[in-house]
Amino acid sequence: MPEDISLPDLCLVALVGASGSGKSSFAKRHFRPTEVLSSDFFRGLVSDDENDQAATKDAFEVLNFVAAKRLAAGKLVVVDATNVQKEARKTLVALAREHDVLAVAIVLDLPEKLCRKRNLSRPDRDFGPHVVRDQVRQLRRSLKGLKREGFRHVAVLSSEEEVDAAVVGRRPLWTDRRDETGPFDIIGDVHGCADELLGLLEKLGYGVERSNGEFEVEPPEGRRAIFLGDLVDRGPKSPEVLRLVMGMVASGAALCVPGNHDAKLVRALRGKNVQLKYGLAGTLEQLENEPTEFREEVASFLDRLVSHYVLDEGRLVVAHAGLKERFQGRASGRVRDFALFGETTGETDEFGLPVRYDWASEYRGEASVVYGHTPVPEPGWVNRTINIDTGCAFGGSLTALRYPEMDLVAVPARETYYEPARPFLPEDAAPEPPREDDLLDIEDVLGKRIVGTRLQRNVTIREENAAAALEVMSRFAVDPRWLVYLPPTMSPSDTSKREDLLEHPSEALAYYRREGVSRVVCEEKHMGSRAIAVVCRDGEAAARRFGTTDGAGIIFTRTGRRFFDDRAMEDAVLDRLRRALSAAEAWEEFGTDWFCLDCEVLPWSVKAGSLIRDQYAAVGAAARASLSETVSALEQTAERGLDVAGILRDQRERRAAVGAYAGAYGRYSWPVRSVEDVRLAPFHLLASEGAVHTDRDHRWHLETLAKLCRGDEVLLETSYTEADTTDPRDEAKVVAWWEDLTGPGRGGEGMVVKPLDFVAKGRRGIAQPGVKCRGREYLRLVYGPEYTAPANLDRLRQRNLSAKRSLALREFALGVEALERFVRRDPLYRVHECVFGVLALESEPVDPRL
Amino acid sequence: MLLTITNELAPATDLGYLLHKNPVRSQSFDLPFGRAHVFYPESSPERCTAALLLEVDPVGLVRGRGSTLSQYVNDRPYAASSFLSVAISRVFGSAMSGKSRERPEMAEARLPLRARIAVLPCRDGEGFLRRLFEPLGYAVSAEPHAFDGAFPDWGESPYFTVELSAQVRLRDLLTHLYVLVPVLDDDKHYWVGDEEVEKLLRRGEGWLPSHPEREAITARYLKHQRGLARDALERLVEDGGDEREEGDHEEEVVEQKVRLSQERIGAVLAAFRGAGARRAVDLGCGEGRLLRALFEDRNFEEIVGMDVSHRMIEVASRRLRLDGLPDNQRERIRLFQGSLTYRDRRLSGFDAAAVVEVIEHLDPPRLAAFERVLFEFARPRTVALTTPNAEYNALFGSLPAGRFRHRDHRFEWTREEFRAWAEGVCGRFGYGVRFLPVGPENPQSGSPTQMGVFELA
Repeated sequence: MPEDISLPDLCLVALVGASGSGKSSFAKRHFRPTEVLSSDFFRGLVSDDENDQAATKDAFEVLNFVAAKRLAAGKLVVVDATNVQKEARKTLVALAREHDVLAVAIVLDLPEKLCRKRNLSRPDRDFGPHVVRDQVRQLRRSLKGLKREGFRHVAVLSSEEEVDAAVVGRRPLWTDRRDETGPFDIIGDVHGCADELLGLLEKLGYGVERSNGEFEVEPPEGRRAIFLGDLVDRGPKSPEVLRLVMGMVASGAALCVPGNHDAKLVRALRGKNVQLKYGLAGTLEQLENEPTEFREEVASFLDRLVSHYVLDEGRLVVAHAGLKERFQGRASGRVRDFALFGETTGETDEFGLPVRYDWASEYRGEASVVYGHTPVPEPGWVNRTINIDTGCAFGGSLTALRYPEMDLVAVPARETYYEPARPFLPEDAAPEPPREDDLLDIEDVLGKRIVGTRLQRNVTIREENAAAALEVMSRFAVDPRWLVYLPPTMSPSDTSKREDLLEHPSEALAYYRREGVSRVVCEEKHMGSRAIAVVCRDGEAAARRFGTTDGAGIIFTRTGRRFFDDRAMEDAVLDRLRRALSAAEAWEEFGTDWFCLDCEVLPWSVKAGSLIRDQYAAVGAAARASLSETVSALEQTAERGLDVAGILRDQRERRAAVGAYAGAYGRYSWPVRSVEDVRLAPFHLLASEGAVHTDRDHRWHLETLAKLCRGDEVLLETSYTEADTTDPRDEAKVVAWWEDLTGPGRGGEGMVVKPLDFVAKGRRGIAQPGVKCRGREYLRLVYGPEYTAPANLDRLRQRNLSAKRSLALREFALGVEALERFVRRDPLYRVHECVFGVLALESEPVDPRL
Repeated sequence: MLLTITNELAPATDLGYLLHKNPVRSQSFDLPFGRAHVFYPESSPERCTAALLLEVDPVGLVRGRGSTLSQYVNDRPYAASSFLSVAISRVFGSAMSGKSRERPEMAEARLPLRARIAVLPCRDGEGFLRRLFEPLGYAVSAEPHAFDGAFPDWGESPYFTVELSAQVRLRDLLTHLYVLVPVLDDDKHYWVGDEEVEKLLRRGEGWLPSHPEREAITARYLKHQRGLARDALERLVEDGGDEREEGDHEEEVVEQKVRLSQERIGAVLAAFRGAGARRAVDLGCGEGRLLRALFEDRNFEEIVGMDVSHRMIEVASRRLRLDGLPDNQRERIRLFQGSLTYRDRRLSGFDAAAVVEVIEHLDPPRLAAFERVLFEFARPRTVALTTPNAEYNALFGSLPAGRFRHRDHRFEWTREEFRAWAEGVCGRFGYGVRFLPVGPENPQSGSPTQMGVFELA
């Protein structure tokens, strides 16, 4: 009886057996239907006939295609075909290799007679007896060579009883330690530096006892060490390091992945012919003094190490030389080579050393990858990867990364034990940590994309919208390193049923009441242009935090363009903001070097000057001239005694409407000659170091910012009033406040009603972050000078808000997500995909008047 | 929108017979886009004025089309445009065809007529207005209107109140207005199709062929609507309109034409051929002029055009007639959208890359990303890169000092600045560079375009 068949969770299983040997029934019993790819099925798929041998070639092409997709997605594949010929199996082994999974063969070696009998009972298998006979013969011939062909496991079932009794089990891959969630202390390349290692363990809180040359290690409560390999060579005490690490791994106090030096040591110890370079000679010399059994233990310990581990639900990967995403959790020679040596570009540098392929700069995986292998002066995160080999044997230091805390703990080398071929410490200057690679990749943005956000789960960006956004982002947007936020669009309140209005506060309050939100703030909506201000304490702070070198802050529009064409003006406005922050001691209070603020910049004409003139004023000019000529012609006609009273009345009303219209844009325009003429009204204090302030309510935002604005006339406070959506007296108060704001006297744009909480739960999901309620006069600029004529209003009431509201929510989620990612120091591409998404969504066709 | 027509030949009120509208009452007419009213502010034997008041429904105009903001806030209800032409043909149709049962001889007579258009958009100024009407014998008076008296800085709007006086047949006056008002407005409210050509030929009979501005008139009368493809982009580009396209025109005017652009193509081809390139990519291919030149040389086995504008890719694809190519030709050339500031796997493995008049459209802080995308990652063996030579600008008569050649240019470099940048790139990425002039050389200022040919060291 064969043992139970134990399969890795991810592998390619080839069923091998003659026609009639029962492969399909076997597959059905032991695998999910979607795991089994049967050649009969694919023959049927391409030709309508499962037994049409002429369709075999096409059928296998499709089968292999599907198999490849499944393997790429990390799904097990069972190929249910006879697979008795070597050529057929070769394709499968190649497929497994290509996807870095193990190939397994399960052979159903049943008597020819039995197969034939089974085929006879099936009318569709009327091929001659020679077919099965040949198949069985071919199978028998193949049996011995299967392992050599590349099948890692081979199980042979030689009788009906064995087939019936077979048990197929699944086990995780050796690399799969996803259920171990840490916390961990991940330790870089030790290279025989035992003293430093003991120092580091102590610093990390490990208790180390030494008796009879053996170590006993007591980790801090619940923690576990992980060694990144290269335990040996170059340093003075490789055997001691080995003894310590082997003991820790045996007791469960540590995990260990192999390094290239460890692998080479194994080969040397096993008597293979290896070059004694790069410190190996010293290690062998040190091991000379050790007992033979120890040397054997070392060899077998190092030999059994697994190339890499995937830990903590897939959130952490450790490998000596790092691991690109598609190799994580896979098993093949390639994967092992990458984990041990990394990849090289094939070039060599000025010191004759191979130039390493910079996989980290292209890394886009979800898992954090911690690795070593190439000494760096100072560890730094690059796209969720970090190299913590700080060259201890070269006189650097030995570094550990505490996970999940992500703190670095290091002890300096006591001396330089080995001179590096390539200097890795800069001669003078303090070492600089590698910066996040901030070059974006087209694949980060182009095509259909799904962005996961905390507030809205997945937000889908359509391909054509991404295409439009790519052009705008590339041609007009500011340096993406500054672009940590773009504001969402905002929907108006539902259309009012009042006779002479399109929007009214009652509907805005009703919206939130309907969403189950009771407390709201009503903020004055300044009529200017939306602007995002990023202000840093100074240029150095900007360089440090944003990686930018063009100033100590920036102001950009809601589509990511630089707000002021005049840099001096931008600097002057930022300077006012900076001074106000200093005066309020905000830098200290928030413990930050930078702030990101959501603002409105006034006057409207500063940004939209040519639009106001060429669009709004032009229409006003045409309307005035046209209507005054018309009215006087009609008056003249009326004087002749003709009845044109009706037309004349209409035209006079039109003329009045046009007068009101000119007043509307005129109020938002004034000449800007210096910063004194500009007003910046901040209304959200979006983020500062370590914090996105969406957990604070709007009262906090407005009060905090109001304090900032007092004392500087360029900074404009935003007035507001709070209300309870269930209290009719509050509603009356809000209506009066809005009427005052937007009435003929002040002609304000209107107000924005927001839930008191920055992020508020609605009936289903989050409620709109804000709903605007615009004034009657202002809306002339949106719906035309004469929209208030009853016949026009009636038709304009039919407007659909749902698309705009859905868009607002998705953009809000993306914007907040961008800030959160930036604040937690995610790589640039992770921040960028969110703001890019906002821009892309903005190209959705939505009624622009909403 | 108001048009008045005054007749001063007694008995002036006979104007009513020609217009088929009685001076003693007002009449209204429904039109597809609103209503028209005809009434007579003056009616005496000496002088008779008929008024055509056109009310364009501003809401009806937009409903069901929904696109950019400009549509509700619109000059259409106030300014004379193709709507007026339609109204003339509907309301004064018989008059325009010269039919009059009561006064047939008067319909054929030249009368002392005066037409007054309350608001006429003249986007090319008063000069063009005069050039249109004066050759037809009109005395033109035009009163401009300021954008807004409260903002004197804004200056004059494109709108004029216009009076045209002549001894002219009424039918001719109406026909001239019918054709030339939309020409001045330079827009049409309806789709312009083949029948418009017929219409123009018919209406222009007897005067258009000899009109000195006939080409401008024809071109504008037959103006085509703008494509829908740019809608998505328009929603994003805040200033509206496509700066690049208009700017390209500007740049060509400044640079005195297409010849320089042809010389650039020649220079790039020479560099590519000299390097023995077989696989070439044009980064920022625009409408594909360089691609065409590459395509015509069989030595280029693989040709790729990339542009940041999806619309440009469509234009290039049309211009190159890619859809009509036979398969074996089609395989040689590909176009895709991409950006020079994003690393792009698709750009790896080329022998040669052209970057013609592109980098000056990048904000200087973005150049570092561009350098890495091209020289570190795409890493072609040869790069031919051109950019304007700022020193030469002084020689362009039409270009005011200190202005760039194109409104979207973010910088224009002197030869020294270009050299410094190029040599920096070579040092950082392991390339060598040589510099070539493109276009006529001036001893002091060099050539209008400067080119760097970078070769992988």
